[in-house]
Amino acid sequence: MKIPLLYSLRNLWTRRLTTVLTASGMALVVFVFAAILMLAEGLRKTLIETGSYDNVLVIRKAAVSEVQSGVDRLQASIVETQPEVALGSEGQRLLSKELVVLITLPRRGSDKPANVVIRGIGGSSLKLRPQVKLIEGRMPRPGSSEIIAGQSIAKRFKGGGVGETLRFAMRDWTVVGVFDAGNTGFNSEIWGDVDQLMQAFRRPVYSSVIFKLRDSSELEAVKSRLEHDPRLTLDALRETKYYEKQSEMMAKFLRILGISLTLIFSIGAIIGAMITMYAAVANRTNEIGTMRALGFQRVSILTSFLMESLFLAFIGGCIGLFFASFLQLFTVSTMNWQTFSELAFSFSLTLEIISIALLFALVMGFIGGVLPAFRAARMNILDALWKS
Amino acid sequence: MGNKTFIVEIKNLFKSYRRGNQILPVLKDINLDIDEGEFLALMGPSGSGKTTLLNLIAGIDRADSGTIIVGGIEITSLSETELAGWRAYNVGFIFQFYNLIPVLTAYENIELPLLLTSLSKKERREHVEIALRLVSLEDRMDHYPGQLSGGQQQRVAIARAIITDPTILVADEPTGDLDRDSAVEILGLMERLVHELGKTIIMVTHDPRAAKMAHIIMHLDKGVLNANPQNHY
Amino acid sequence: MQILKIITKNALRHKLRTFLTILGVAIAILAFGLLRTVISAWYAGVEASSASRLVTRNSISLIFPLPLSYKDKIRQVDGVKLVSFGNWFGGIYIDEKNFFANYAVEPKGYLTLYPEITIPEDQKKAFLQDRKGAVAGRILIEKYRWKIGDIITLKGTIFPGEWDFVLRGIYRGRDKTVDESAFIFQWDYLNETLKKTTPLRADQVGWYMIGITNPNLAADVAVRIDKTFKNSLAETLTETEKAFQLGFISMTEAIIIAIKLVSFVVIFIIMVVVANTMAMTARERIGEYAVFKTLGFGGWHIARLIFGESLLISLIGCILGIVLTFPAADIFSSSLRTYFPVFNVATKTIYMDIGASVLVGSVAAVFPTWRAIKIRIADGLRRIG
Repeated sequence: MKIPLLYSLRNLWTRRLTTVLTASGMALVVFVFAAILMLAEGLRKTLIETGSYDNVLVIRKAAVSEVQSGVDRLQASIVETQPEVALGSEGQRLLSKELVVLITLPRRGSDKPANVVIRGIGGSSLKLRPQVKLIEGRMPRPGSSEIIAGQSIAKRFKGGGVGETLRFAMRDWTVVGVFDAGNTGFNSEIWGDVDQLMQAFRRPVYSSVIFKLRDSSELEAVKSRLEHDPRLTLDALRETKYYEKQSEMMAKFLRILGISLTLIFSIGAIIGAMITMYAAVANRTNEIGTMRALGFQRVSILTSFLMESLFLAFIGGCIGLFFASFLQLFTVSTMNWQTFSELAFSFSLTLEIISIALLFALVMGFIGGVLPAFRAARMNILDALWKS
Repeated sequence: MGNKTFIVEIKNLFKSYRRGNQILPVLKDINLDIDEGEFLALMGPSGSGKTTLLNLIAGIDRADSGTIIVGGIEITSLSETELAGWRAYNVGFIFQFYNLIPVLTAYENIELPLLLTSLSKKERREHVEIALRLVSLEDRMDHYPGQLSGGQQQRVAIARAIITDPTILVADEPTGDLDRDSAVEILGLMERLVHELGKTIIMVTHDPRAAKMAHIIMHLDKGVLNANPQNHY
Repeated sequence: MQILKIITKNALRHKLRTFLTILGVAIAILAFGLLRTVISAWYAGVEASSASRLVTRNSISLIFPLPLSYKDKIRQVDGVKLVSFGNWFGGIYIDEKNFFANYAVEPKGYLTLYPEITIPEDQKKAFLQDRKGAVAGRILIEKYRWKIGDIITLKGTIFPGEWDFVLRGIYRGRDKTVDESAFIFQWDYLNETLKKTTPLRADQVGWYMIGITNPNLAADVAVRIDKTFKNSLAETLTETEKAFQLGFISMTEAIIIAIKLVSFVVIFIIMVVVANTMAMTARERIGEYAVFKTLGFGGWHIARLIFGESLLISLIGCILGIVLTFPAADIFSSSLRTYFPVFNVATKTIYMDIGASVLVGSVAAVFPTWRAIKIRIADGLRRIG
């Protein structure tokens, strides 16, 4: 690169207003792009971490989620006898028969309702979910109307905090503890004793059975046996796969909307860059002619202007990412269309997203700057020198 | 002077411009030889082709036919890329409107042609400082063109023109934009370049003062070079 | 008109720059329009709903059913004219990707309550007479090329098994807001089958649809219905259909807010692009503006020129963007069909487009105009050289 980079940078500085405006346009586009990627990543992370690779989820055949599913006691006990079920330190089966229903609760502050998951748990439930830790209060006593709430529920919903009461299924339930489930969807759930909840909701059947595999590779064996057993109408999935499918619809929506919008926006930013660079070339025609006369090749001119455009884009990209990183302070709480239930997740910024966003900015800068750079390079020396 | 080689040899040079459907001849069968160390002024009315001739000698325009040999190299047979490389080492430009890069300091403007060579930063610095001393602008080397007067800018341009020790210097109306005192200063500087450094200068000018400083005056009229140059030493 | 000519001539001085700016505005208006259309698609359910229909559901949440026996009790409540009911079926047609709404309804009452669902008389009769009959919206017919008499099989997810239906009718929406991609069948068919396979799940209703005599008394009737079932085994929550739909939307509010924010960001982006162009243009013409001043033209004249050019560019870009929005919405809607069965570009959106571009054109001209008016004549003239 014969023409010094400093030349490009100083020119950007000299026409500060234009540089700021063009870079701002790019920054906005990169911001939106990064935000969408961060949102999709946050969603994915939450749902993937919600499951454990070693756990198997058993629900009724063809049911799309635990909420829709029903597993009666007989079928549940058949699942319990499978040899692939892992055993705990005291020799007990690491298996849990759970009930999952949705109730409508009002949010704190706005009274707007949301569908919240209530999960009836058993003794092994907590052991099956190592991501979950009790951070306040205690576990509910079996046989009581006590419940514990996920952190997101305690924070966002009326009656979700320790000592508060929720009323549903014609009973009052006291929150005796709050748990932190890390990045997982369990943060948006309320847990209570499964038998008490089944009674209250008058559901005679469980929703799902979850167990830990004694050996992770044995999934196929137990899955095949359960699905071919004529007494059973069940599907068995690896827990991580189940949760991955749950986010499919939302992830797809975010992707379609996000990518098409970003494409449209990026065209706008590219046009902005083009306008700026064409003007730069037009204003410096004289200089271009001079440098050509001095002996600089066409390629050097081309590269110099292209570099200027890339710098512009890079600056815009960095600004956009800078502001996007603040999004990590926000949590999105919305209804997952597939499960109908409340899900809270946040924006997640990864190194990969930063690289993709900067690359995207550079591509925009390239596309915006390439035609003007070619115009600069293709100028005839005499025409350029004699332009006033 | 006999069979010595000239620094510029022009033979049977033709150049025309196309405007729409018409072809306008600008230079007709130019033949010219220039000695090394010569200070030549090209004069003539507007449209006589003097600037075109200068451009052709400097290698920034292409002839229709004929040959131009500068410093022993036949530039009319060079490709565009070769020509650019040739200009870097062999031609120094002095323009009427200086044509300095506004965002570069005087130092950086003078250094610019050296970036096309393989000299190191330290070596470049040495050359630039010599050039600055020659044009008496050491104290202004960090100023931008916008902070310099017309005369000072032209001095920077001259320093830039000689930095690679080129074979020839071409000047297009070098005093055209200067007041009387600055013009005198610049012409004096150019004269010194010829006398003290043995440079060859080909200058296009309207200014009779400038023409007076030159050793040889040639006239171009309607594309034809006056066969009898006026010499005055 | 003289000034319009001058403004146009000015804009054409830099054809490429003007063209690019117009294109930039067009693209941004297109994006803005699409985002607004997505938001109105979200609210499509609300637009289609009526304030004179009520929805009664289990107060715990939608996934809990209500007993069939409630029907007569609701009918007897003061102010209730007609009661119908339905169950969300959620069946899959061949593949999960082919998502469309399918539900079982009590047909006579339902079709009376929803006159905007129009079915030809003969098809309607055939549907009512066939217990296994089904009616599908026009969009489904076109997409899957079904014909009257075809057997359509759905795989049940909530109610397991393979369910066969006979297509007896095609419905169209009377208004643009109606979802024409739904699949409706007889509630009796669902119930009778459940009685045989899983009797415990029979005689249960997902939600009740209620037609009232006086829409102004909707709130009172709703309260009365809920009171009837207070402290019973399945307490109810009754609201107008509009409120019911709004409740749904509020659950995904966060995303809607995000989309609205993004649509405003778009406006900023174009503002930046147009402002950039106007700033460049004004800077280049600063000398001319100084000349105007020497000739006696005031700041007002200069302002008119700059504002005029800025607005001209913005509005042309706006029109181009609006024209492009319609085909773009079509493309969008086919890929987002599963999420938004109703995807129309509203008139309101177009007004917002125009408003946005006027705003952009004006704001973009402010700073350059201020600069141009403020410049001292001498400084401006110096810049010409």
